[in-house]
Amino acid sequence: MDAITLNNLAIGQKATIITVGGEGILRRRFLDMGLTPKTKVMVRKRAPLGDPIEIFLRGYELTLRLDDAKKITVQPEEV
Amino acid sequence: MSLTFALVGNQNCGKSTLFNYLTGSNQHVGNFPGVTVQKKEGILLKDKDITVIDLPGIYSLSPYTSEEIVTRDLLLRNKPDVIVNVLDATNIERSLYLSLQLIELNTPMVIALNMMDELQASGGSIDIKSLEKKLTIPVIPITANSGAGVDELVRRAKTAAETGQLPERIDFCKGPAHVAIHSIAHLIEHKVRQKGLPLRFSATKLIEGDDLLSAELELTENEKDIIGHLTTELETALDTDKEAALADMRYTYIEELCSETVHKPDESIAQQRSVKMDRYLTSKYFAIPIFLLTMFTVFWLTFDVIGATLSEWLELGIAAVTDAADAGLTTAGVSAPIHSLIIDGVFTGVGSVLSFLPTIVTLFFFLSLLEDTGYMARIAFVMDMLLRKIGLSGSSFVPMLIGFGCSVPAIMATRTLASERDRKITIILTPFMSCSAKLPVYGVFIAAFFADNRAQVMMFLYLTGICMAILSGLLLKAFVFNGQPVPFVMELPAYRLPTARNIGLHMWSKAKDFLYRAFTIIFLASIVIWLLQSFDTRFYMVEDPAQSMLAQIGSFIAPVFAPLGFGDWRAATALITGITAKEVVISTLSVLTGSGDEMVGSALQTIFSPLTALSYLTFALLYPPCVAALAAIRREMNSGIATLCIMAYEITIAWLMAFAVYHIGKMLGFN
Ligand SMILES: Nc1nc2c(ncn2[C@@H]2O[C@H](COP(=O)(O)OP(=O)(O)O)[C@@H](O)[C@H]2O)c(=O)[nH]1
Ligand SMILES: [Mg+2]
Repeated sequence: MDAITLNNLAIGQKATIITVGGEGILRRRFLDMGLTPKTKVMVRKRAPLGDPIEIFLRGYELTLRLDDAKKITVQPEEV
Repeated sequence: MSLTFALVGNQNCGKSTLFNYLTGSNQHVGNFPGVTVQKKEGILLKDKDITVIDLPGIYSLSPYTSEEIVTRDLLLRNKPDVIVNVLDATNIERSLYLSLQLIELNTPMVIALNMMDELQASGGSIDIKSLEKKLTIPVIPITANSGAGVDELVRRAKTAAETGQLPERIDFCKGPAHVAIHSIAHLIEHKVRQKGLPLRFSATKLIEGDDLLSAELELTENEKDIIGHLTTELETALDTDKEAALADMRYTYIEELCSETVHKPDESIAQQRSVKMDRYLTSKYFAIPIFLLTMFTVFWLTFDVIGATLSEWLELGIAAVTDAADAGLTTAGVSAPIHSLIIDGVFTGVGSVLSFLPTIVTLFFFLSLLEDTGYMARIAFVMDMLLRKIGLSGSSFVPMLIGFGCSVPAIMATRTLASERDRKITIILTPFMSCSAKLPVYGVFIAAFFADNRAQVMMFLYLTGICMAILSGLLLKAFVFNGQPVPFVMELPAYRLPTARNIGLHMWSKAKDFLYRAFTIIFLASIVIWLLQSFDTRFYMVEDPAQSMLAQIGSFIAPVFAPLGFGDWRAATALITGITAKEVVISTLSVLTGSGDEMVGSALQTIFSPLTALSYLTFALLYPPCVAALAAIRREMNSGIATLCIMAYEITIAWLMAFAVYHIGKMLGFN
């Protein structure tokens, strides 16, 4: 499968982070929260109004907005 | 010897629980100077010589958010005797990321490995000995809510502080990162030592492009060039950029460390339970109904059932005390002005505010319940969409909602927001949510002027308030807080049982805060209003309120309101007294028109037309909130000037909107 951005990852699907974009404080936040390349993530769900999303990584749940999730590319795992 | 412990850790790691366990009610909540960031300090219950500082929950020591900056400054400059780094054992990887940065500070440090009960219940274990050996600092497993292990923690922290025992190993890097960090450390060593800063910390932060630090070290262009060059080399060697390189270095080390020392399931029992609960609580169809139901119940219980009942009792008590004091003063033959000062000024003014206390305490009971269980984070997740257009996140939703009940607790509730910017914006917008004390004002006017359009007028007022909040949010975002916002990248912590101690202390600290203000700012304001109301300009006590200084001031400023359609001095005076509490607008109008409570409606009809009444209500809705709310704003903003600016802004908005209502109404042919 081709690499996609995190906002496009299907719910329940696992993936590995390839690159982390964004700049300034956003990027810093991503990295500090453990969204670093090679990390495994899984999209848990979308909020009832469609945005933000909840993801699972490094043993905890994190929420982020779709616009921000666009800045992270991931490689989905083959199912 | 007196010692200082600094508690540092991520959000939701159980820092407050540990702090509360350590200090009980021996704590004091203040602010860091110049910023809206809270600082809690307390004295250890079991050892009066030890001061504990609870720092904001942070994930990193980068210089981006004010929470991170104040924590960094405190750790670097006011060096505590020991850093107590609190970790969530069920979430140890991410927690250790901050630990690695703290270790670089070269200050005695211990790790409090919290939530051990959850880890063990999930069948996990951590090899403490080997973790200690690898990190070269003491690691103490604890369960903060039961207190297990805390005595040992204190003992070890004390030893570390007294012996000044430093982490031995502060080097977690390999390969190119190692080369860059060490070369830079060598280059800046002299300057860093001069400033008394930790070397390793400075070197890594300079690679990460930390402008604050680079300015503080007064680096020369040449030095900056060399650092830039070394950084570029690092980036090329690792084929990534500097920030990612260092984050990756830390996480790689942590992953290795954890694979050797930590055995735990992917998800703890508490997390599995949370995922199940969230199937309903944040689900597509149930999330919003459940949230609305929760908030409705909280409001109903607070404002209708518990808070209101307690408030009534307290009012009765205050009335009884006032009567007793009244009688006492009469028997003692105290002179009339003093008598009036005590009874009409202090007792009435402070008393009317005090009767709010039970409501506030009850509300904070529910709010800390929502916060500590982890549900507040879910509300932020569910409601985020609605607030992001005005530059806020879902976390501000609950405080703003509480504004419809009472601005005071709403403003006090912003304290739990994780970012200073969000706190400030939320504080500014909250007073536009029409609070319940304005209802009697609307009620009387609507009965007198809009008996046939009650619902529409109410709607109009509430919506105008909300629209002004939205507009102000947009303005603030565009002109005042126009930097990059703190991103909404937030942990959803596992649902946990709150502790009675945490909730009790939270309620007590809010009550203390409120009482303090009631007896200081509100006390003074009551006396000032009383003075203005009871005396004329020659300082004779007046019989007729129309002769008072207040009435004179009212007459003096009344022309300002003429363009809004209500240039009457009584209308203006009532707006001034309304600053003590909104419902006072009506009692002042009834006194000044000499009409008494029954007839105030018909008396108002002689001052206002329906259109000017609407304009007046619009002004009353939007102009600065009562003195209790202003005092709360002053306290939370930590700035008198900011509070004055907010008041000026609110007066301007109120004036403009009332002007618009009056003139547009007139153009449409109303009067
Ligand atoms: N099971 C368990 N829960 C804990 C422990 N420590 C704290 N908690 C709970 O975790 C929640 C968050 O704790 P809090 O002290 O507010 O975290 P803070 O955000 O770091 O201040 C509260 O509901 C606490 O009762 C612990 O050791 N074990
Ligand atoms: Mg908390």
